Amino acid sequence: MSPVFKFKDANHEARLIIRRAVIAGILATIFVFIVSYRIFHLQVVMHDHYSTLSQSNRVKISPIAPTRGLIFSSDGVLLADNRPSFSLEITPETVKDMDNVLKNLGEIIEIGESNVSSFKARLKQNRRFESIPLMYNLSDEELARVSVDLHKFEGVDIIARLNRYYPLGPMTSHAIGYVGMIDEDELSTLDKSNYIATSHIGKIGAEKAYEDLLHGKVGYQQVEVNVQGRVIRVIDRTPPVPGNNIYLTLNASLQNLAVQALEGKRGAVVAMDPINGGVLAMVSSPGYDPNEFVNGIDSKTYNKYLSSVDIPLLNRALQGKYPPGSTIKPVLGLTALRHGVRLPDDETWCPGWYILKGTSLKKGDWKKQGHGHTNLRKAIAESCDVYFYALANELGINLIYESMSEFGFGKRTNIDIGGETAGLMPSRDWKRKTYNESWYPGETLNIGIGQGAILATPIQLAVATAVIANRGNVLKPRFFDHARAPLSEETIISGEKEVLHSISISEENWERIVDAMHDVIHAPNGTAKRAGVDAKYQFAGKSGTAQVFSLAEDEEYEADKLVKELHDHALFVAFAPVNDPKIVVSVIIENGGGGSANAAPIARLLFDDYFEQIGIPEVTFNDETTDFL
Amino acid sequence: MKQQTFSERLHIDIPLLFGLIILCLFGLLILYSASGQQSAVIYNQVVRMLFAFGLMFLVAQVSPSRLAGVSIWIFLFGVALLIMVLVIGYIGKGAQRWIDLGVIRFQPSELMKLAVPMVLAWYLAEKTLPPSLSQIFLSAVIILIPVGLIVKQPDLGTAILVSIAGFSVLFIAGMNWRYITGLVILGALMIPVSWMFMYEYQRQRVMTFINPEQDPLGAGYHIIQSMIAIGSGGLYGKGWLNGTQSHLEFLPERSTDFIFSVLCEEFGFAGVMVLLGLYLFIIYRGLYISMHAQTTFGKILGASIILTFFVYIFVNIGMVSGQLPVVGIPLPLVSFGGTSMVTLMIGFGVLMGIHTHRRFLSD
Repeated sequence: MSPVFKFKDANHEARLIIRRAVIAGILATIFVFIVSYRIFHLQVVMHDHYSTLSQSNRVKISPIAPTRGLIFSSDGVLLADNRPSFSLEITPETVKDMDNVLKNLGEIIEIGESNVSSFKARLKQNRRFESIPLMYNLSDEELARVSVDLHKFEGVDIIARLNRYYPLGPMTSHAIGYVGMIDEDELSTLDKSNYIATSHIGKIGAEKAYEDLLHGKVGYQQVEVNVQGRVIRVIDRTPPVPGNNIYLTLNASLQNLAVQALEGKRGAVVAMDPINGGVLAMVSSPGYDPNEFVNGIDSKTYNKYLSSVDIPLLNRALQGKYPPGSTIKPVLGLTALRHGVRLPDDETWCPGWYILKGTSLKKGDWKKQGHGHTNLRKAIAESCDVYFYALANELGINLIYESMSEFGFGKRTNIDIGGETAGLMPSRDWKRKTYNESWYPGETLNIGIGQGAILATPIQLAVATAVIANRGNVLKPRFFDHARAPLSEETIISGEKEVLHSISISEENWERIVDAMHDVIHAPNGTAKRAGVDAKYQFAGKSGTAQVFSLAEDEEYEADKLVKELHDHALFVAFAPVNDPKIVVSVIIENGGGGSANAAPIARLLFDDYFEQIGIPEVTFNDETTDFL
Repeated sequence: MKQQTFSERLHIDIPLLFGLIILCLFGLLILYSASGQQSAVIYNQVVRMLFAFGLMFLVAQVSPSRLAGVSIWIFLFGVALLIMVLVIGYIGKGAQRWIDLGVIRFQPSELMKLAVPMVLAWYLAEKTLPPSLSQIFLSAVIILIPVGLIVKQPDLGTAILVSIAGFSVLFIAGMNWRYITGLVILGALMIPVSWMFMYEYQRQRVMTFINPEQDPLGAGYHIIQSMIAIGSGGLYGKGWLNGTQSHLEFLPERSTDFIFSVLCEEFGFAGVMVLLGLYLFIIYRGLYISMHAQTTFGKILGASIILTFFVYIFVNIGMVSGQLPVVGIPLPLVSFGGTSMVTLMIGFGVLMGIHTHRRFLSD
């Protein structure tokens, strides 16, 4: 059989194709319905779900850093400001050849190695579209130079931002401290949500102590971002609450005066209100420029500070430990009076030396020919060492330790800005613990004139002197006076006077010591009488001259034979006016020589200026008391 | 003798042209938003559209019988170009899909989307329908030669589309349902085999399709963002130019493969209905033309072109809505890009030619 030959049946084929075309049309329709159902499911049924996802895709919360509060002195001088400063910043994503740009910029202005290296470090961490600071604080000249050529550098911008600035610079460095960039350790302890946009934090001084008040509250803006996280527009904004402005008890005029007085010297001055504990001036010389620390100090400058023999970074007022010398004699005198070891008129014969009974230990007086018959008042006025050797020997170290501790020696004063050391008030326990030795009576003699192991900070001396001035209250020294809300200028919090404890000593005994300290200034035999000449007010003080190294018994102190570092420290503590004290001052000049000659004039300078400002209180000194001198 | 209308003399099908123009305008509207309101993109696209419409008009002047006559040559020419591309690619040590003609770059694999159905329609129309097994076998060879060359490029997406175009001819030509079922089963069996021959990125795409959540920031990211764009559009959309997924650049390839998601986001389900309605209108009109074609060749070719057009739509939407793997197929006449648009418009030109070149028996 021949193979089946199929005739082409045109009609049959047409019907077949049309049938298939109809099937194709039906299939298309069905598929369109399926697709529609799928899209309907996504768009209508699941709409809320995807709407939420879309929203969280595009809306990001972006924090806004609050403006830091300002710091003012009590006399209205701005101590910490926020200044617009110009920084040179580069947005990496718009720069093709970063090394080339840096090289070309370097030809226009000097960028500096450390700036480049810190920039490169941040280049690795930051997102590509976020600008990274290359240089902070452009000078006017740098600003001008870069501005002219800025159009040549795509992605390089000059950005103005608020920078902390301390107008008085080194003058207030140790009191105000400074802010610096937040470091890892700080990051782990602070309130992350409130600091999320903040770059700087108080590192030291008042800036650190009042960080909470100064910082303010972070603001937020809801921003629309694109897929790279770049902000497209702001949807909603909760403005940040600026930090509170802080007013310190610090008196800028006194501070300025103290800085000038210590110019070229190593030392410290603390001035304090003896009634409420407010610190009026606190200077540690030499200072440093806090502005250098704000945006990270370069290592060269930092090393210069670190290697300086003057240790400018040390806050001598709070951390400098000095033998207090004769400045503690009033406190020892009070201790003898309150415990009945001495009556006010008990006299000690001062031949110019003191021999500890039963030993061969002989201690000389600063006045070789001796003070003769000496009672307590004279002993303080003339700073008789022999009187206090004998006194200390009779009091014994236990009683001295107990009483001195009450006056704050060997303990932190709890000053509000912190960062202080406790100094050292030696005791039998201390000696045993530290040296595993028992206490020698000879050591007590040294303590009697503020020498030996005893070490005090200038702030401790100020606080102890304030106790005498206010007759018994150990105050917590503070810088904080009040804080005002940023916009309303309303006082939101005031610093309170804080009495840590009171020392109960009879009225007469206080007056006896005050009188003696008054004699130091105003009596003909007072050691610091030259500091009191022509004063329009009466004040009380005590000088001190602390030995830096020990002399053998028969040696004499000859300043010009010693290198400067071995010269005596000059100390002086004082308060004024005597019967209505408004200000207490402690001064120490390292290797400054005699306290009455070198340190006392500084106190006088501060007193004069302060009373110029506030006026001399009405109460005048009772002449009676000076009669018998 | 029946009077020829004006449009017939121009060889233009008014309803189809109308549908295409509306679709293209709607596409431009979406593209303007998707491109981030770049008028340069719109200008570029309009130029391509005019060029494609011009080509459509030219092709429409060619009668189906002449087309049938030259189809084998076009096919052979296309195969030759594919081989040439591979050789150039081999020499250039890299993937090569293009032939650069200076003014325009030309993708030979794109030509095969039309050449394969044409040659198959020509071949099958001469035979008795439905095609016999041996004819189907020969058709398969005709399909697989270019497909094999395209896979080598490698361009899996186009290879699949060319295969679909060829298969749709066989389907329209009345291929026995038993063979169709067999072919589908064979295709299913091919999946594990083709997996072995896939490149890593191709496997990745398939894995991403199966479970986009497994790598939400990597390969699955595109699909997830696309679904967010679609879903967040809701019933009426976020409004033209207001799509956040697209304008904030969360949506990948928003001007090209993922432009459907932009439509969904900005015009919502209502916009989707409009677009699908337009597509359905064009498909129905195309099928109508095919059914009324005078010659078997015209019938088969016309219907297969429309079928392929529909497959494009279906695959693209399936892809962006997470139902099909991402294979890189643009949304017909809406996505930015010239190559696929030109191919499609030439196809529609063929359709119009089929419809308007009629020999009247009364002559």
